[in-house]
Amino acid sequence: MGLPDILFYVFAAFTLLFGLLVVANPFSRNPVTSAMFLVLTIISMACLFVLLNAFFLAAVQIIVYAGAVMVLFVFVIMLMDLKEEERRRIKTFGVVTGIVSVGIILSVFLKSLLGCGDSCSLPAVAGAAPVVEGDAHSLGLLLFTKYDLPFEVISVLLLVAMIGVITLSKKDLK
Amino acid sequence: MNWNFIIFSLVKLAVIVGVVQGLVAYSVLAERKISAWIQDRVGPNRTAPPFMKYVPVLGPLLTRLGMFQPLADGLKFLLKEDFTPAGVRKIYFWLAPALAVIPAMLTVAVIPFGSNLGAQKMVMADLNVGILYTFGIVSLGVYGIVLAGYAANSKYPFLGGIRSSAQMISYELSMGMSVIPVLMIAGNLNLSTIIGWQAANGWLVLYSPLSFFIFLVASFAETNRLPFDLPEAETELVGGYHTEYSSMKFALFFLAEYSNMVASSAMMVTLFFGGWTLPFWGLDHPATSLLLGVAHIVVFMVKMLAFMVLFIWVRWMFPRFRYDQLMDLGWRRFLPLALFNILVTAIWMWMRAK
Repeated sequence: MGLPDILFYVFAAFTLLFGLLVVANPFSRNPVTSAMFLVLTIISMACLFVLLNAFFLAAVQIIVYAGAVMVLFVFVIMLMDLKEEERRRIKTFGVVTGIVSVGIILSVFLKSLLGCGDSCSLPAVAGAAPVVEGDAHSLGLLLFTKYDLPFEVISVLLLVAMIGVITLSKKDLK
Repeated sequence: MNWNFIIFSLVKLAVIVGVVQGLVAYSVLAERKISAWIQDRVGPNRTAPPFMKYVPVLGPLLTRLGMFQPLADGLKFLLKEDFTPAGVRKIYFWLAPALAVIPAMLTVAVIPFGSNLGAQKMVMADLNVGILYTFGIVSLGVYGIVLAGYAANSKYPFLGGIRSSAQMISYELSMGMSVIPVLMIAGNLNLSTIIGWQAANGWLVLYSPLSFFIFLVASFAETNRLPFDLPEAETELVGGYHTEYSSMKFALFFLAEYSNMVASSAMMVTLFFGGWTLPFWGLDHPATSLLLGVAHIVVFMVKMLAFMVLFIWVRWMFPRFRYDQLMDLGWRRFLPLALFNILVTAIWMWMRAK
């Protein structure tokens, strides 16, 4: 087991641990603490991307999620001045929708993991550098050729969400 | 494991951290001296260790220049009482200064501050996404300030923290957008390659002056320097996010601010002013001798110090922006301008390619 393997297990463990602490922290019910653990989860995931040689993805993960989205989360939590939330009763509706959405994501992962058989495992070349180069060039090429349509669809989805937010936050809009 | 690599990396690490800390200490002195000159004062000119008065000529001169002031300041920060006010959120109160300093120091890792000395490349980590790494780390720097404001559990620091998070996110966007034309022209994300491109084709500030201008203004906002130092605006917020801090914890915020200045100066030199290269005297290709390698480092340092002086100079020349003006400038002026710049650059490159 080489250093990358050890690092993978370390960061994978960190990701799971921090992820658990976001939702079920036994020491603190402070929402800011949860948000900070989510930041740590995101950073550990970025480290996993680095181990896969996907440097671009790792950098973007940190810039967008840890650096911008989570700062806004913390911003909103602070502005609303949320007190430590008491232990709520768990609602049935929340449990059902939660399990369904996790199940759907899990099935997508399993399908892509099991469905491709040998074709998605890396060609094992002893001692050579990994073939996967997750640099900006190859990623951009793939995004704008093979995955062009999904990419555009997602961007339209984001645009719709953005317009929705603006409409909701403008109270005096007629 | 390559021991040679590890040892040289450790040496480089120690030297870089030492140099940055030294620069921070003496840029505080430079700040005080330059502000004094601008306001027709003298500035620090008394502090000296007791034996200095026995040193002829040099002793009084160094004392007059205030060369020992940073030592006294550092000592003062270390020895003062580290006071923790009642009612602060303890964990975050301790964590915040560290979170402010760490990203500031990490940014320097990817910057090539020279070509090579012997066989050693003068850069800590020659990443192929160097510039994205910098943006990622810089974007994490905001947590130190936000958490400091939150931890203090009092109104003014809290307002400072809120302001800084909004300000830094806004200007990060313009900053990121402003660099894209540079990357399009140079065609690479690696900082060493960008410097190489500039050595061959001329400095990028000539190709994209608008990018440089937006980047410069945005880096003032990112480092919370005047005209954009809203998070710590004394007249409105007492001391801003670090009001409740004292002693070494306060010094760490100071250290973070000046390290950020060092890092963004180095970034501007690297991206727009050719890094360690000069277009004449044969300084534009990697060093072949030890002397040339040292010359490259000197060139880099001189360029960087020029930007540091600019940072200080601007601080004492311009009044502070109002908060809505700051936001207006970031979102409604610079962001469209940066996008327009990308479009123009793309069209220019397309025309040239045809």
